Amino acid sequence: MATLTHRISKPRQYLYSLLLLFITAFACYVASSYLDYRVVAFILLLVVSVSAVLFDILPVLITAILSAMTWNFFFIPPHLTFRVEKTEDAILFLMYFLIALVNAVLTYKIRQIQKESLAKEEKANAIKLYNTLLNSLSHELRTPIATIVGATDNLQNLNGKLSDSNRYELISEISKASFRLNQQVENLLNMSRLESGFIQPKKDWCDITELLYETVKRLEENTGNKKINIQVDPAIPLFKLDKVMMEQVVYNLLYNAALYTPGIAAISISARCHTDVLEIVVEDNGPGFPAEEINNVFDKFYRLKNTSTGGTGLGLSIVKGFTDAHNGTVTLENIDTGGARFIVNIPAETSYLNNLKNE
Amino acid sequence: MNNATILVIDDEVQIRKLLQITLESNEYKVIQASTAREGTTSAATHPPDLILLDIGLPDESGHDVLQQLREWYTKPIIILSVQSSEEDIVKALDNGANDYLVKPFRTGELLARIRSAIRGNSSEENDPVIDCGNLQIDLSARVVKKNDEIIKLTTTEYALLALFAKNEGKALTHHYLLKEIWGPGYISQSQYLRVFIAQLRKKIEDDANRPVHIITESGVGYRFVAT
Repeated sequence: MATLTHRISKPRQYLYSLLLLFITAFACYVASSYLDYRVVAFILLLVVSVSAVLFDILPVLITAILSAMTWNFFFIPPHLTFRVEKTEDAILFLMYFLIALVNAVLTYKIRQIQKESLAKEEKANAIKLYNTLLNSLSHELRTPIATIVGATDNLQNLNGKLSDSNRYELISEISKASFRLNQQVENLLNMSRLESGFIQPKKDWCDITELLYETVKRLEENTGNKKINIQVDPAIPLFKLDKVMMEQVVYNLLYNAALYTPGIAAISISARCHTDVLEIVVEDNGPGFPAEEINNVFDKFYRLKNTSTGGTGLGLSIVKGFTDAHNGTVTLENIDTGGARFIVNIPAETSYLNNLKNE
Repeated sequence: MNNATILVIDDEVQIRKLLQITLESNEYKVIQASTAREGTTSAATHPPDLILLDIGLPDESGHDVLQQLREWYTKPIIILSVQSSEEDIVKALDNGANDYLVKPFRTGELLARIRSAIRGNSSEENDPVIDCGNLQIDLSARVVKKNDEIIKLTTTEYALLALFAKNEGKALTHHYLLKEIWGPGYISQSQYLRVFIAQLRKKIEDDANRPVHIITESGVGYRFVAT
């Protein structure tokens, strides 16, 4: 009901409640020879109740008062005067007036309580989201920090007792942990840039082949030995877009595929041009996504229910944010033969410059 | 063998400590400054061979410090910057910085940048032949050879490659390259640059998709590496 009240504008609420009252009163007046005026009182009270459910407090109060006047003027004998002759009728009128007001106020109060509980529920949801964030963040940040602290302690305290290979191992753990920390901070920064609403793509001509190969190289350096298959249409034009953002989109999709594909991942990325739309497709041979969760994966801080692998749930929401910033779309589907497929579509200006060859 | 003096201007004591250890272990002499004012004073009284300048200083912007220094200081200045600030980097490079490093950086990268900046500063165009493994660029004869065979380059391709070779190891911004090769009127025509870089890579790189000579610096420009 609260939503209904929001949908009808204030002036219309007055109009509708008064119309409802007058139409009912008119019908009763026409039928007044068959209806006792006390029955009319109940019918008019019903109108007040219906209004109280549908409209705000002010139109309802006015309807209540007007209905009392209407009842008095048109129905309580003597008709067409505000005069009341019988004491019984005076009491009835007074009671009518009170019941109509109480009715209006009570319904209003119930609605207020409803609103408050809705707000409380919203707040509870926000707190839940915040807690999810804090949990995943503290895990994602503390794990590498713990690694660094522990490893440096060992390097300091066990100085003489560490074998060369263990020392090397500890140092390489510190290095990996620092990289992971840096990546999480980068994600958080990107997210806060998106949240601030100030994110504006800095568009420039962009070589898509170069973009894909560069990003894949960076990912392979960072994650190790995953072999990624790249396919780019050789005739693909230059696209005008924010290269740094698009690199992040491609990187996060590939990183996600590499992270959630156990064992040897077969990840492939391809790009083509559909009349001024750049399409980038990332596929993996992992387990795919549970059908009921596909619509949630781009939500902030969302992580699949049965997952143990690290992640803040920010990577894919950044993908969504950056594609949105380009007025593009990103969709996810499961591949029939297994694995997941992300499809990014970015509308952008294109340039074919094949006639410069002999300059 | 080095003994070059490097002035580090950075307000973070941890970064200064790291730089000091790294540089001194590689036989550089290190002078430290924690503020812009301290840095500019120090540079004026004991001019160093190279300056590492942090863009985010407490008392003054690193950009202003760069501008003040460039009024008289001609030796290399390398900018230290934080992530996701390509605009800062481009601005600094276009205002006379020789190179940049993004925090966190690898110390190997730091040393390579310092070496290449100092080398570029001392031996300007002394040797007309630039040797890049299987690639030789002879600037006097205007000849480029790959695996001892002459490569045919168009005028623009050669001009671009020669400009890269003269600035070996240095990050060159899109603006700078467009201005130098095509002229000031072409600064916004970056599609030309993209096309010619792709063509040049096809001719000089073993695998144009995995370049080792013309390296992309995302959001900034390109860097030519000789190895």
